[in-house]
Amino acid sequence: MSQSTDIASPPGEPDAVVRRPLRRLSATLAVGTTIVVIVVLAALISLFWTPYDPVKAFPAERLQGSSALHLMGTDKFGRDVFSGILYGARITLMVGLISVGIAVVVGTPLGILAGMRGGATEEITMRGADILLAFPALLLAIMFGAVFGASTTTAMVAIGIGSIPGFARVARSGTLQVMSTEYVLAARASSQSAFRIARRHVLPNIAGMVVVQCSVTFALAVLAEAALSFLGLGTPPPVPSWGRMLQESQQFLGTFPMLVVWPGAAIAVAVLGFNLLGDGLRDRFDPKLNGER
Amino acid sequence: MVVRLLVNLSRFIVTFFAATVAVFLLMRAIPGDPAQIALGVNASPELLEETRRQLGTDRPLPVQYVDWVTGLPQGNFGVSFVTRQDISPMIADRVQVSLILVMLSMVVALLIAIPFGTLAAVRHRQPSGVLISAMSQLGVAIPGFLAGILLVVVFAVGLGWLPSNGWTPPGEDFGDFLRRLVLPVAALASVQGAILTRYVRSAVLEVMSEDYLRTARAKGLGPLEALVRHGLRNASIPVLTVTSVQLAALIVGAVVVERVFVIPGLGSMLLDAVGNRDMLTVQSVVMVLVAITLIINLVVDLLYTVLDPRIRKKA
Repeated sequence: MSQSTDIASPPGEPDAVVRRPLRRLSATLAVGTTIVVIVVLAALISLFWTPYDPVKAFPAERLQGSSALHLMGTDKFGRDVFSGILYGARITLMVGLISVGIAVVVGTPLGILAGMRGGATEEITMRGADILLAFPALLLAIMFGAVFGASTTTAMVAIGIGSIPGFARVARSGTLQVMSTEYVLAARASSQSAFRIARRHVLPNIAGMVVVQCSVTFALAVLAEAALSFLGLGTPPPVPSWGRMLQESQQFLGTFPMLVVWPGAAIAVAVLGFNLLGDGLRDRFDPKLNGER
Repeated sequence: MVVRLLVNLSRFIVTFFAATVAVFLLMRAIPGDPAQIALGVNASPELLEETRRQLGTDRPLPVQYVDWVTGLPQGNFGVSFVTRQDISPMIADRVQVSLILVMLSMVVALLIAIPFGTLAAVRHRQPSGVLISAMSQLGVAIPGFLAGILLVVVFAVGLGWLPSNGWTPPGEDFGDFLRRLVLPVAALASVQGAILTRYVRSAVLEVMSEDYLRTARAKGLGPLEALVRHGLRNASIPVLTVTSVQLAALIVGAVVVERVFVIPGLGSMLLDAVGNRDMLTVQSVVMVLVAITLIINLVVDLLYTVLDPRIRKKA
């Protein structure tokens, strides 16, 4: 990364100020991307292969430590923890993708509409977002779990709905900025349709901000799913999910603390990856910050 | 300023009532009859009829809603369909526990975040600043309940210094109250502190590039003195915004941490009610949590006008 930056900067330019931060930004982005790729790979691999069946119990081999046979040991039913972690990556990614998908597909157009129309449309949309904002995603998911029963689908939908206001707000503030630029003014003067302006000018300009919001929301969705499964309101057994693996091993804190450490580390690393990715992308997309950090 | 206050107050009221409608409708979407759930499948039709009358669920939904919502401002939540007990005294009891936990955690989190965030900004090009940033990035990735479990592993199970769970009311045994509070507060505050450290850092960084700070340095103030006397007040506004948003997140995070430490707060009450399918209790606790969140937002918005004279004049 830094190599190409060096080559790219024209000679004679006072690039010392610019080059250093750029290199650091790339480090954030690189680590974030690497972690995300690892999580995605784990999920993909689990589609075809896990060392053992992650849901099959082997009572004779329960509560073993790490060994060549069981990389991360076995749990109280004799299930292979490493297989569970691999499979859990799939659940984690699925929840993140679907809930972020719901939020971005509903929230972004609403935010653009509010920003472009203004007036009553804006007021109603943003007040609606305020009301939804009073219900954090996790609280919404607990309520949904109570009403519709605990399932991965319920959790994804609830987290997705809870994340809509964030996208609406980001899209609206970005749209407001774009709408005040001269090229939008020119487009409006040449009487282009609102839809065309939204597609040609607004969307490309706010895409960066929306992508950053996706990454940050993804991390929050992973955290929410873990908390829900920990509470028994997320992915139901026997499907392995990191949050429930944590909850199931809580009783072995004194005797087998590693059973808590593995799924805990998986959650923390995944969240760290998506947060770093978001940070790295934000620095990329927001030139205002480039000189400062 | 009065106009702004009135606008905020009316928004608060509108949002609150819109939220009550949403919660009520969602909770009544549940398949099944509360009387049936309370009595079980073998109940006779006469008994079901009788129970429905007692619970008030035989009335039309709008009547039930109005009955519930008019009770809320008076702190009257009605009688649980499942336990048949008045919900209000229990909420009053539990809300104290949760507020102690959440407020104390937020104070500790700010005590961590303000000095460390400022330090990370001032030394953002030095190893110590980068280290603080890296630590806070790691802290953000750890959910509160996981921090709680890890703290229990080390300090309760491993070292045996502190109790691993439970709650003692402060009036009963203050020493024990504090001892049992240490780990849950540490769990919530460490994670929250990490989140806030990042925001304090970027707020201070922003302020450090302002012209007035350069002026302050030019007239002979040291870097830290200039920052404390002219910068921190300005940096405090974005931090305040984030604190209010995070306080809402903390209230929900406490729900899970209460479960880890077996603390009888609103979170445990909510989760127990969810487990019992006690819908009236669920919707009441949810509304209390939402009301607390909205009140925090209202208060923070008032604080802006105190901190930023420009907003005061504009209104």
